[in-house]
Amino acid sequence: MNGPAACAAVPVAGAEIALTAPAGTNTLPASLNLFPPAMNYTLNVNGRTQTVEAEPDTPMLWVLRDHLNYTGVKYGCGVDVCGACTVHVDGESMRSCQIPISEAAGKKFVTIEGLSANGDHPLQKAWCDHDVAQCGYCQAGQIMTAAALLRRTPKPTDADIDKSMSDNLCRCGTYTRIRAAIHTAAAEMAAK
Amino acid sequence: MQTEFSPVSAPAAGQSLDRRSFFRLTALAGGGFALGYSYLGSAGTALAADASAAAGLPASVFSPSNYIRVGTDGVVTIYTTRPEVGQGIKTAMPMIIAEEMDVNWKDVKVVSSSIDPDSNAPVPQAAGTPGGPGGGGRGGGRGGAQLPNLDGPFPQSAGGSTSTPQSYQPLRMIGATARVILIEAAAQTWGVPAAECSTENSSVWHKASGRKLPYSQLVATAATLPVPAANAVTPKDPKDYKLLGTRVSGVENQALVTGKPLFGIDQKIPGMVYAIFEKCPVYGSGAVLSANVDEVKKLPGVKDAFVVTAAGGVPHGVAILGTSTWAAFSARKQLKVTFDEGPNTGQSWAAMTQQAQALGANAAAGDGAAFDGVAKVIDASYSFPYISHAPLEPQNCLADVKADRAEIWAPTQNAGDVLSRVLAATGLTARAVKVHVTRSGGGFGRRLNNDYAAQAALISKLAGVPVKLQWSREDDMRFDVFRPAGFGFLKGGIDAAGKLVAWRHHRVSVSGGGAGQDSFPRGFGVTELSPAGMVPSAVPTFAWRAPNSCTGAWVTQSFLDELAHAAGRDPLEFKLEILANPQSGVPGPVNGVTAQVYSERMTAIVKLAAEKLGWGKKLPRGQGQGIAFYCCHGGYVAEAAQVTVSKDGKLTVDHVVAVADVGHTIVNLSGAENQGQGAIVDGLSTMMFPELNIEKGRLVEENFTQYQLLFMPDAPKKIEVHFVKSANNPTGLGEPTLPPVAPAVCNAIFAATGIRVRQFPLTRTSLKWS
Ligand code: FES
Ligand code: FES
Repeated sequence: MNGPAACAAVPVAGAEIALTAPAGTNTLPASLNLFPPAMNYTLNVNGRTQTVEAEPDTPMLWVLRDHLNYTGVKYGCGVDVCGACTVHVDGESMRSCQIPISEAAGKKFVTIEGLSANGDHPLQKAWCDHDVAQCGYCQAGQIMTAAALLRRTPKPTDADIDKSMSDNLCRCGTYTRIRAAIHTAAAEMAAK
Repeated sequence: MQTEFSPVSAPAAGQSLDRRSFFRLTALAGGGFALGYSYLGSAGTALAADASAAAGLPASVFSPSNYIRVGTDGVVTIYTTRPEVGQGIKTAMPMIIAEEMDVNWKDVKVVSSSIDPDSNAPVPQAAGTPGGPGGGGRGGGRGGAQLPNLDGPFPQSAGGSTSTPQSYQPLRMIGATARVILIEAAAQTWGVPAAECSTENSSVWHKASGRKLPYSQLVATAATLPVPAANAVTPKDPKDYKLLGTRVSGVENQALVTGKPLFGIDQKIPGMVYAIFEKCPVYGSGAVLSANVDEVKKLPGVKDAFVVTAAGGVPHGVAILGTSTWAAFSARKQLKVTFDEGPNTGQSWAAMTQQAQALGANAAAGDGAAFDGVAKVIDASYSFPYISHAPLEPQNCLADVKADRAEIWAPTQNAGDVLSRVLAATGLTARAVKVHVTRSGGGFGRRLNNDYAAQAALISKLAGVPVKLQWSREDDMRFDVFRPAGFGFLKGGIDAAGKLVAWRHHRVSVSGGGAGQDSFPRGFGVTELSPAGMVPSAVPTFAWRAPNSCTGAWVTQSFLDELAHAAGRDPLEFKLEILANPQSGVPGPVNGVTAQVYSERMTAIVKLAAEKLGWGKKLPRGQGQGIAFYCCHGGYVAEAAQVTVSKDGKLTVDHVVAVADVGHTIVNLSGAENQGQGAIVDGLSTMMFPELNIEKGRLVEENFTQYQLLFMPDAPKKIEVHFVKSANNPTGLGEPTLPPVAPAVCNAIFAATGIRVRQFPLTRTSLKWS
């Protein structure tokens, strides 16, 4: 089951845009229901400490994607249903669309980009070996949810998998292969 | 792409492939060669007859979108035109070239073609040659100009499961042509006849003398050779395939599992701002009457906000530009906008249902004598609501529109449609627009319509900055082009011996749509009626995975099952009996296919599906088996299901077996199986949960909180996908595996409980039994 090692990505210019919101000196009409002004937040993401200026209600989903360029974290619904935005917070899988930046300080975030140093976490390898992805859009969220499951339950049964993965939507319907890949990864981790 | 192509010499005259297309071999800076392909359509037919005219074509015509490069490092780069939306095409299409070239798959690199302005020169028309539309391209909006990139057998689109049937043969010819050139280069190097040479594993061999040369060492010579004539190139016999039919992991898998920026939503360029576009939720509405854009402009993180007046295919609305997606989303909550809601605010799903039922109540008026004197006559009506495509990546597009040119990054199934719409929205010409095709987070037909690209382009043009337009999930659902809703009013007649003799499927569509591609039992000795009615609605609809077939299969294959039970027959035996009676000289169930051929291909797979499931097993009440079959998009698929329904009505799908006949070759077994598994989950999901309702001319459900889809616990416990190889040319798989699953499962539910499901979604029917 080999394939070209290097995958051809669409060219993307990597430059960041200016992150700072306009200074809050505008006089705003009282009719507008405003949130508190932007503040600086110190975040720990994938082992790096970074400072982001954002309004306190900004979901970590958008902080990670737009401000910090961790675009592996995906937007699917924004309302806690699909799981495409799943990241690890202090080792537990959580929905980044539901965590405002104001609650992020002091917590350790890990995204799919930080799951393993070389993209070789047993789940990542199993996902490639089983050719799980169709469109692939949900798969970062699936893998992050599965990684937290394997940390809690190193040898999950089908029922454990169904239960833990029950809130991650795959619109393409790759559930059969996700189950199989989790078993493969669990076996590889147990063999180590 | 021109820079990647980087020819060092003016290419020689092209070689005709099929009298409408040309190959051209070009030496590359750095020592490799490129073999390019251009589709010239009817112009090519004229030019092929006149080689000197072909030689005089501008080089731009030969800046092809579909080509291979072979480098001195041995890497074979395959540029592929088909957009990847989850159907695995970015892996499958290059596999066909690699097979014919005998290049080791690990030496292959795959790149998605963009639409390059340099390639957007319309094909020059030879005198007296009328330009015609290409096969499969969508030429609308380009002034009728035929563009080599978009028309012909490699359109930059993916829909209708057409990629494999359209491109299989031409891709074989590209790969085989490269192989012949490499063999000739080796033969000349060794001074032996080409006929004594063979290829294997990225090398040419001269077995008689035990010599071999890797392709990497042959490219310099190969680059100087003429392109062989088409009749000197013979693709392999499919029985000799080594790569095709094996399991190959997707070429972007490693990038996917490490979160690389592959999707439209991931694209960023310097100076880019994030935009939302607020539109009127009422379908077919009018202009913006008022909007507090001056207030919104002052919000933190907002760069700009303005009213957009409908133009160039973009509807009226309000654009808000922010420093991040959230800044734009957040500011949107403060937007106060009123629209002229237009004439459709009275439309509702309840009213549409009433109108459809009224039409159905009269269905018998058209039956004539069809059911006269028939021993047993059964009636039933079926209904299905609007549903959304709901790809997991909400629509988005990055557009950088300048006064004289534009660059677009779009998650799309149809780059030609992106181009057409961007041209209409911006007023630019095709020579000024470059379209990058990104990976898409699902398509299912939605991204054949690239309205979001036109909106991004117009907003960028108006704002004067690069804009990434992001639709929220709510936008994505509200402004979808939906699967049409519809109703089926069926009647069947059975004679005294329990045989089907008469059949009526009166279809009433809402907002358009037809009965599906397979009209079985038409052509099988049954009096068959298929009248159609329509309830008009302003709700926009379009192709949804296996258009019309996705619902038509459920209606017809469920009702056949009803008739079998009414006749006291085993449904499998009942259906096989009909299949065994094809008529000649009358229309068959599928356009262009005789009932005889249909009967042969379908009977084989229906029997196998039943056998693989263990059809006829004695099961306790609460468990049951069902079977269904359907042909669409050239593919024949039978599916058999076994289910358990608990007394309190909880459905568990224990086992689904799919057997597909999609021709003599499965390109990528892993990808093909994945399509089958996914289509079964998709078909089941759509049957079980989602529905969309219309009130006051607008959509009620707007996110996955209300619009439910299937998650892992409801997925079938076991799915098997089998392929039966027939002598037919390969056809596509994304669609034909979907339609049979809903009727197979609903028929199994009936066998388990005696409860007949006649409405989508399943949540409308209680499955409780005692
Ligand atoms: S985007 Fe967070 S759960 Fe869907
Ligand atoms: S692979 Fe497409 S949503 Fe899961």
